[in-house]
Amino acid sequence: MSWLNFFRTRRDEAAAGSNANLAKDRLQVIISHERVSRTREDFLPKMQQELVAVVTRYVAVDPDKVQVNLERGADLSTLAIEIELPGPKGKLT
Amino acid sequence: MAQVIVVTSGKGGVGKTTSSAAFATGLAQRGKKTVVIDFDVGLRNLDLIMGVERRVVFDIVNVIQGEAKLNQALIRDKRVDGLCILPASQTRDKDALTREGVQGIIEELSKEFDYILCDSPAGIEKGALLALYFADAAVVVTNPEVSSVRDSDRILGVLQSKSKRAEEGKEPVKQHLLLTRYDPARVERGEMLKLDDVLEILAIPLLGVIPESESVLKASNSGNPVILDSESPAGQAYADAVARFLGEEKPHRFIEAEKKKGFFGRLFGGRAA
Repeated sequence: MSWLNFFRTRRDEAAAGSNANLAKDRLQVIISHERVSRTREDFLPKMQQELVAVVTRYVAVDPDKVQVNLERGADLSTLAIEIELPGPKGKLT
Repeated sequence: MAQVIVVTSGKGGVGKTTSSAAFATGLAQRGKKTVVIDFDVGLRNLDLIMGVERRVVFDIVNVIQGEAKLNQALIRDKRVDGLCILPASQTRDKDALTREGVQGIIEELSKEFDYILCDSPAGIEKGALLALYFADAAVVVTNPEVSSVRDSDRILGVLQSKSKRAEEGKEPVKQHLLLTRYDPARVERGEMLKLDDVLEILAIPLLGVIPESESVLKASNSGNPVILDSESPAGQAYADAVARFLGEEKPHRFIEAEKKKGFFGRLFGGRAA
């Protein structure tokens, strides 16, 4: 079937998966998020700080070992905070 | 009372000054007394695009600081009646502009002119904020390209929150989209954002689509606003946009790719202007 793809590529590109559509999808997601943050402050940075503060109340955490990953999506966003906790041998300060 | 129109975009290099020059000239061609003000203090270019760079004596900062009268700083266009240019300063920095100073200038110009066009600098700093502050209407110049669309959306937010009309809770600044550098052939190939996509994202009324055209560079080379080149697609598209702004119904042109030329067309057709 691969020889058929030769004829398909161009038309398919111009359809759903086109480069321009990728631009449109990316724009729609980022702009909808930016419009929201125009009216209210972006709470994610503050929430991250507070979450880390809660953890440090119980465990000594090296601030360099906290990784924050944020992915803004169209329907939902995910905030992943990875905090490396010291093992049993780790010294508590 | 004059109507104040800001030509803005957020992003630089999308065609604000080209559009300001064309739009102001178009309004004057239709008998409206029009003045176009360059707000890009430090990087003035409207004078060059309008072809009056050798006639600049005083500028907007001289007027604000009382070193010159407004009438001395205004440059009267020699091609179209009722068209004036107020240049930006080339040597001062943008802090030389003050809200009170700009307000005084706009109030004085209001007595003489029907339309006051403010050619905004790029960005959302002081110069850009002052250019849009007094606006009744905004022409948002956008390229079919992700960074330009995003910045346009940002500037729409600024218009809705930081303009005088917004601060005073008056009827909001009327927003118009001017999509420039549009290349229907690339849109057809799926390489460029479609007009409909940009309209869907920005959700403001369309004033016009200016096709990518060789005539724009030719016009800036010679210092003649492209609208004076009535043969060129870009010139015609600007003329249509001005007509729509004044309330005329004009179907949108130059949004479909040209049909492929036949053998004789290719032989004798030459290139698109």
